Amino acid sequence: MSTITAAPSTSTTAPLADSRTMVRRNFRHILRNPVTIFNGALMPVVIMLLFVYVLGGAFNVGEHYIQYATPGMVLLAITYGLSGTAVSVNSDMTKGIINRFKVMNVSRGAVLTGHVVATMLSTSIAVAVIIGMAFALGFRSPATPLEWLAAIGIILATAFAAAWLTVALGMAAKTPESAGMATVPLILLPFLSSAIVPAAKMGQGFRQFAQYQPFTPIIESVRGLLAGTPSGGYAAAALAWCAGIALVGYLWSRATFSQRA
Amino acid sequence: MTTSAIAVAGLRKAYGDKTVLDGVDLEVAQGSIFALLGPNGAGKTTTVNVLTTLIKADGGTALVAGHDVATQAKSVRAAIGVTGQFAAVDDLLTGEENLQLMADLHHLRAAEAKRVVASLLERFDLTESARKMASTYSGGMRRKLDLAMTLVTKPRIIFLDEPTTGLDPRSRRTMWDIVRELVADGVTVFLTTQYLEEADQLADRIAVLDHGRLVAEGTPDELKRQVPGSHVRLRFADAAALDAAARVLNGSTADDAALTLRVPSDGGVKSVRALLGRLDEYSIDVAEFSVHTPDLDDVFLALTGHASTEAIAS
Repeated sequence: MSTITAAPSTSTTAPLADSRTMVRRNFRHILRNPVTIFNGALMPVVIMLLFVYVLGGAFNVGEHYIQYATPGMVLLAITYGLSGTAVSVNSDMTKGIINRFKVMNVSRGAVLTGHVVATMLSTSIAVAVIIGMAFALGFRSPATPLEWLAAIGIILATAFAAAWLTVALGMAAKTPESAGMATVPLILLPFLSSAIVPAAKMGQGFRQFAQYQPFTPIIESVRGLLAGTPSGGYAAAALAWCAGIALVGYLWSRATFSQRA
Repeated sequence: MTTSAIAVAGLRKAYGDKTVLDGVDLEVAQGSIFALLGPNGAGKTTTVNVLTTLIKADGGTALVAGHDVATQAKSVRAAIGVTGQFAAVDDLLTGEENLQLMADLHHLRAAEAKRVVASLLERFDLTESARKMASTYSGGMRRKLDLAMTLVTKPRIIFLDEPTTGLDPRSRRTMWDIVRELVADGVTVFLTTQYLEEADQLADRIAVLDHGRLVAEGTPDELKRQVPGSHVRLRFADAAALDAAARVLNGSTADDAALTLRVPSDGGVKSVRALLGRLDEYSIDVAEFSVHTPDLDDVFLALTGHASTEAIAS
């Protein structure tokens, strides 16, 4: 038919290479947005200092507060960075750049994977900062290397699940502003779990909520592992929650992605 | 067989009960500039979105670079470049990084990518701002960067959806020059515009789209000639020649002061030849001869029954 031929380099898709490119792009976004850095890394540090030095002394948790609060603070480090991801996903969808990717032979999954992996990267940095801070503030753990690995595994699984759910929220929102707002419940959830104080000490209603929401088994399993007293029940519940949330986030993101634009 | 870069037949698209494209047929020759002209809401962007594989049509066929957009989307995407209506640049990346991103997504080798990025920055006069974030760029610079990103893979067919909407006159001229250069390199350009002047300036062929239908198609001059009101203007050396001509040419109006005669004519070769033959027959000398055709604004009004500005406002 026509004499026009395609450049061979662009007629095939390479999901891995494309995902790597997208991760690099999204990670650059995170580094260049001061608000994301502040929310993701500094805010949890500020909250940690606030709770450990200002409020924590008043909580009777049966041990030194830093021992109790560290796993919760790690969770906060995960959730605080999420609004940046939601805004960035939404900007991609609403500001036209997604159409540019769609008319190129870019692997469809790479756009979403890029956001998830970049979010996990920045989350990991924030978590490392918080754990370092915890040790500096007197946190000590009798956990074996294997228990540490298991704790880190649960933390990463949580970050993975939260990232997929956030990508879905960002994709479904109408504007970048509402995308940022959509992650607020996720940021509040750890406060209504046993992250800051034990659920048993909460008021009627909140106590039940705290007992059955996903962050409590996640925090309790990490807390148990770091204290050298792992609980298989909490760990199983935590991983089940993470798998479920990640799956919902993934399916929702994919559906919205192919539907919009 | 065919050398058409784009061939579209009976394209239809509706959103709910709102028909956006109502049986569009068009053909774009390789290496030419084709302008799809129409007011807002005429269906221009929808046409581009179908041709660039972004949305699926409800009916009809569209071949781009010889590939069916519905069933061979990947092959189509490999041959085209698209610059949409809103500059799709990454604000948080620098100009250079934006181009590098495109090179990476097209899997260019590092050395090749470096060369292509540098030459595009140079060509679009962006070298000085290459290390600045795109969010600091002016509207004109963003469009240039957007187009440069489209050109990273040297596409053979380029779609430009309202490439100059919202640009100041100077940036618009720069963009026009760039489009002309592209075609000089053998690229086919499919552009949409709501500016009649832009289509007139750039396009080899223009199709006028109104409410999802093509109401006219042809070269800019052919379109202008379809409109009643075109005429031939003759100027004479003296009043005697003017009077003689006015007597032999029916329906003409004389301007005695300017020594000119205005003769209704479609401006086509046949009728002009007949007119000149008649003057020759009576041995009347003509000092100056010109064909006056209405501009594209008149064309739009005549073809659609409403002014383009009216449609834009509605």
